[in-house]
Amino acid sequence: MADITPLRSAAEAGLSKLFEATRMKYPTGVSIAREEAFRYFEAVGLPTRRVEAFKYTDLRSAFRDAAHPAEMPSAEVAQAAVASAKGFAGIEAVRLTFVNGHLIEAESDLGRIPAGVTVTPLPRALTEGHAHLDRLTPVRQASENPIYQLNTAFLADGALIAVEPGAKVETPLHLRFVATGAQAFSTATRALVVLGEGAEVTVLESHEGPDGVAYQPNDALDVTVADSATFRHARLNAEGREAVALSTLSVKLGAASAVETVNVVVGGVLSRHQVYLNFAGADGRAVVNGAAMLNGRQLADTTFLADHAATGGVSRELFKTVVDGEATGVFQGKIIVQQAAQQTDGKMMSACLILSDEGQMMNKPELEIFADDVACGHGATCGALDEDLLFYLMQRGLPKAQAESLLVQAFLGAAIESVSHEGAREALVGTIEAWLAARA
Amino acid sequence: MPAVQETIDRVRSIDLDQYKYGFETTIEMEKSEKGISEDVIRFISAKKDEPEWMLAWRLDAYKRWQTMQEPDWARVSYDKVDYKDIYYYAAPKRPAAMSLDEIDPEILKTYEKLGIPLREVEVLEGIAPERRVAVDAVFDSVSVATTFKAELSKAGVIFMPISEAIREYPDLVRKYLGSVVPVTDNFFATLNSAVFSDGSFVYIPPGVRCPMELSTYFRINERDTGQFERTLIIADKGSYVSYLEGCTAPKRDDNQLHAAVVELVALDDAEIKYSTVQNWYPGDNEGKGGIYNFVTKRGDCRGVNSKISWTQVETGSAITWKYPSCILRGDNSRGEFYSIAVSNGMQQVDSGTKMIHLGKNTTSRIISKGISAGRSQNTYRGLVSAHRKATGARNFTNCDSLLIGDQCGAHTVPYIESKNSSAQFEHEATTSKISEDQMFYCQQRGLSNEEATALIVNGFVRDVLQQLPMEFAVEAQKLISISLEGSVG
Repeated sequence: MADITPLRSAAEAGLSKLFEATRMKYPTGVSIAREEAFRYFEAVGLPTRRVEAFKYTDLRSAFRDAAHPAEMPSAEVAQAAVASAKGFAGIEAVRLTFVNGHLIEAESDLGRIPAGVTVTPLPRALTEGHAHLDRLTPVRQASENPIYQLNTAFLADGALIAVEPGAKVETPLHLRFVATGAQAFSTATRALVVLGEGAEVTVLESHEGPDGVAYQPNDALDVTVADSATFRHARLNAEGREAVALSTLSVKLGAASAVETVNVVVGGVLSRHQVYLNFAGADGRAVVNGAAMLNGRQLADTTFLADHAATGGVSRELFKTVVDGEATGVFQGKIIVQQAAQQTDGKMMSACLILSDEGQMMNKPELEIFADDVACGHGATCGALDEDLLFYLMQRGLPKAQAESLLVQAFLGAAIESVSHEGAREALVGTIEAWLAARA
Repeated sequence: MPAVQETIDRVRSIDLDQYKYGFETTIEMEKSEKGISEDVIRFISAKKDEPEWMLAWRLDAYKRWQTMQEPDWARVSYDKVDYKDIYYYAAPKRPAAMSLDEIDPEILKTYEKLGIPLREVEVLEGIAPERRVAVDAVFDSVSVATTFKAELSKAGVIFMPISEAIREYPDLVRKYLGSVVPVTDNFFATLNSAVFSDGSFVYIPPGVRCPMELSTYFRINERDTGQFERTLIIADKGSYVSYLEGCTAPKRDDNQLHAAVVELVALDDAEIKYSTVQNWYPGDNEGKGGIYNFVTKRGDCRGVNSKISWTQVETGSAITWKYPSCILRGDNSRGEFYSIAVSNGMQQVDSGTKMIHLGKNTTSRIISKGISAGRSQNTYRGLVSAHRKATGARNFTNCDSLLIGDQCGAHTVPYIESKNSSAQFEHEATTSKISEDQMFYCQQRGLSNEEATALIVNGFVRDVLQQLPMEFAVEAQKLISISLEGSVG
């Protein structure tokens, strides 16, 4: 059969044009593989449901147009946007603020970076060079992903955060992403966190934006955790209701290191959060959780991959999804245990509550095991609220809506219990409560 | 934890080197010309003395097949089949036999060696007969004998080679053929639709409980041939049938293709139990030779309260690509899938099931055990889906894998899609959550968690296995006795 040249969608053609037009503007001191990344993307295009990794999330139809990369906003616009940002706002933290994908130094705490930490704006690192730039893309599999490759191709801003060996950073670093404007735009940001041996740091990430604007954020967080280091991370997706939000977290774990991450989703008409873990050193531990609250016509996709390459790795994943309205929850998880990764202990669980008649949930928890001395499990459940529990609560005088809220809260709460930072945990509980309050 | 020694020994005892059915029968065969073309299809159709509509159906399938691509999503890798280099039809040269005495003695010997009873055992007065099984024996592309036909027809049961059914019951065949697995369902099913040669046809009339087990025994014998059998089972309202399928092939260094289609239709209140012991030649320890087993099996619970249950014991084939499925269309219908897949040597198995809940209050249960040893790869791939209208759908899935040795792989790829809030799906990989009640009952009586689990899981399977013919049973019993200890999710 003759080779078929796929028809390119308007968005794909638009992205090609944008890439040609804008690549000269990017910082060029150090070459990152923009060109290569974009050629990769061009070859595969925006994935449709025919692509197995995007079976439930059709990006080709989600992207009707390629939105223009956002310009650096004026100081006033940035200030106004930041003033209304609520994500993790009450928490004592060192903030790096990005408005429309650009680091706003005036709204950031670059002056009070904690001891043991250095923060370099990514454009500067790319222009002047930086020792840690080779830590970009810590997990190989991420580069086989069109979303991540698009991020690389259009990467405009971000930060390079290095934590010295042994430094135990108490104050969390807050990467605050705020979108503003009335026209559709796209952003591509990347943060790179490099933890030295035995270091400890907490990174909070919040993403917010206006409702009614179909903006297209694409953010990535690349993390290298050296031996015995600890990385804690909580992410809040409170993007606008029309946003098509794509994000990737890739983490390489050293020996005896620990990683804790949670992603809470309330925003975006379509969101896809991809997590790639690579257990490169022995006895790494990771807790990866997620909670998604969806209504209207939202779709939230969590795609997770844990690649156990070394012995004794422990991974625990718990993803909770609550679906209301005509929304769709998607969970795709995969635990790979390589032949050398004996004594791996992996447990992956996805649970879903469907609150409405039109809601739906798609689960695909995969295991790929090549070692014989491992304990790996996965589970997936899906169903409505337990009538018995509801009855129990109503019998005790709670109105139905309140009883439902209580049960939903308990259901979701299990996924954020693991958040070590108390303030962040409370803030996320607040997010759940606010979502439930708006529902009632 | 690693597998326990007892398990390792048991799996070793069913090792590849011990493939008992690898002999070859020398017999004069009649074949179509090599490769596939309209002429070959016309030849097959003429050989079967088929009506015009059947030929048109085949040619249409062939036309569509030419536009299709071989699927590559399964986790198996193999040298692609050269579809031009196989014989699509091969049959013993002797004219069709009217009675057993006319069958080529070589073939009779073959089935004797395989332990398949082709002679109807006379029932002596006053002596309860051994459990009897009616057998349809398919040798390469044709059915060579079907036993107990007369007795079955007394009950109104139609059990005959499908080629015969096309001639004798064209209306029935036409109504149901391709209604569960459409002609263009997938690459291999379409190929089968074009060139299928034989297989069994079963029709159980309303309210009849089939008086005996039905079984078909497939044997590939001729070199360079493919076997494309087609089985169609229809259980009319309120009927019941249990059907067994067995398959073996000679040891050869080259690969042979087996692309079957099985369609089951259960109408209101009917039940079909379909059991397979798949023991195609798996190739040698270096992965040389063996059967490519690319089959499409699907059951349609078309009526209310209908039930279809698949049981499979998979030990053979170099490559397995097989997903016996249930479409739960009728309200309150039930689907079951019990599978034990053992892979060894260089075997690659990608197997599982689909439970598609369309009707109200439909339930399904999936119990799958994969055991990989040697350098084999064993994948469970399954879909459970509930559509909008499938109110009250329930599914329970439990799939365990066990690895023996560090050269093999075990993989699980489940898809769980729920579009109805009242559907309740549970997918568990741990062995401890079968049924709390049953577990509690067993444990209360002093069984350990592990023992209770094994008892319950095996209980499901043993139910069917006990009804398998003896020659299957020995092997199957060995398989199910394999402990779950050391299993991973």
